[in-house]
Amino acid sequence: MSDEVKQVLPLAKPMEGVSGKTGTWRVTKPVFHNDKCVKCRLCWLYCPESVIEIVDREDAFITINYDYCKGCGICSDVCPTKAIDLVPEGE
Amino acid sequence: MAVKPLTGNYAAAWAARRARVKVVAAFPITPQTTIVEKLAQFIERGELDAKIIRVESEHSALAAVYGAAAGGARAFTATGSHGLMYMHEMLWWVAGSRVPLVMAVAMRTLGPPWNIWTDHSDAMDQRDTGWLIMFAEHNQEVFDELIKMFKVTEDEKVYLPGIVNLDAFILSHTTEPVDIPDQEVIDSFLPPRKQPYVMKAGNGLTMGNIPKDLRENMEMREDIFRAQERAKRVIEEVDEEWYRLTGRRYGGLIECYRCEDADHYIAGVGAWVGDMREAVDRLRSENGLRVGLLKIRYFRPFPREEISKWLSNAKSLIVFDRSVSPGSAGPLFLDVVTHTTLAGLRLPIKNVLAGLTGLDVTYEDIENVVLKSVGEVEESGTFRNFIEWHYGGEA
Repeated sequence: MSDEVKQVLPLAKPMEGVSGKTGTWRVTKPVFHNDKCVKCRLCWLYCPESVIEIVDREDAFITINYDYCKGCGICSDVCPTKAIDLVPEGE
Repeated sequence: MAVKPLTGNYAAAWAARRARVKVVAAFPITPQTTIVEKLAQFIERGELDAKIIRVESEHSALAAVYGAAAGGARAFTATGSHGLMYMHEMLWWVAGSRVPLVMAVAMRTLGPPWNIWTDHSDAMDQRDTGWLIMFAEHNQEVFDELIKMFKVTEDEKVYLPGIVNLDAFILSHTTEPVDIPDQEVIDSFLPPRKQPYVMKAGNGLTMGNIPKDLRENMEMREDIFRAQERAKRVIEEVDEEWYRLTGRRYGGLIECYRCEDADHYIAGVGAWVGDMREAVDRLRSENGLRVGLLKIRYFRPFPREEISKWLSNAKSLIVFDRSVSPGSAGPLFLDVVTHTTLAGLRLPIKNVLAGLTGLDVTYEDIENVVLKSVGEVEESGTFRNFIEWHYGGEA
């Protein structure tokens, strides 16, 4: 009997981009200004998609992965020095 | 082994205790509340090693035990009526994830207007969720079937959750003698829990994400459909195993009462099947009518083969529904008509809608309906009406 049992289960292992490049959903884009950044890491902490990476370079403290950033604006909202602008996509 | 005087609700609580559930969550609703009250008492006294999760709603209650079950624990919840309606979305999640889980439903009328009495509308509304759906006739059956349901749902051929329905007050709050087998007996019957996968920390696994391949998504639905079909044999086998252990068997998906020589049949689910037995006995002894009773124990999976087998030489059938799909007919009737027709049977089948909203139905009411309706069939070969609302008294 058991050999005819073959469950089809709705399971997945987590991996990058499992649902495709969700950055195409974005209508507004976060733009980072390194000169205003005080390296508090709040944007990194609050990003719901984990697309902000701390690179700590001279020209940029963070990078944003636009392949998966959906443009929710939380990073811009929590930034205490307004170092992340939210601009309409396509401008 | 000990026979205890127990309400249907306490019988349900005893079943969860004997199954050694590890997690219980529920939100209070009449007539379910005393099930979890009793379980809370068992836990408080140290008689059951389990955690109770206090939740803010039935939606959360099922979500909580679902999480526990996905994490590998045998878990239990109970609800009814509007609570079950609020829980409805989560029923789809549990069945769709194929996590075994058992629930007792104390069936109660849906409002408006507010009404606490029995009616099968809440249970029937869960028809398409993928859960196994069983209706109990008496309190012993509530206990027995809940224990068996753990075993059936945790069988690898099934891996689906299951509901045992008991009628509000008629079972939930009425005391009957119930045999509760010793813990060692149940332990020998119920093996350690099995399930298709276990969610645990450190093992990255997501359930239910947006599918890339819709064909696979549809295959998941078909797999639930097939698992329901496979469950039929498992239910029968578990019923036989229970019989060897306790001396009690119920016929698997269906029991046919006094069917061997029957000409005319009646069918129903739930507690009023007991009144139907009485009616069948009296119709035979006092009216000389050879009537048989189809007690449909499992509504999902639906026992279409057995029903068609019993009805192969029947002259007529009356299906009693305690709920209705407005704009169509009673849900039990619809399934019976569909599957007997597919099996090539062409007997007259009538739907009697009675006892909705808890209106009392006595064995005399059932006798009156059968006498009138079978009289029509004997006279003209068919029924005068195929869907009839019956409020009691003369039919």
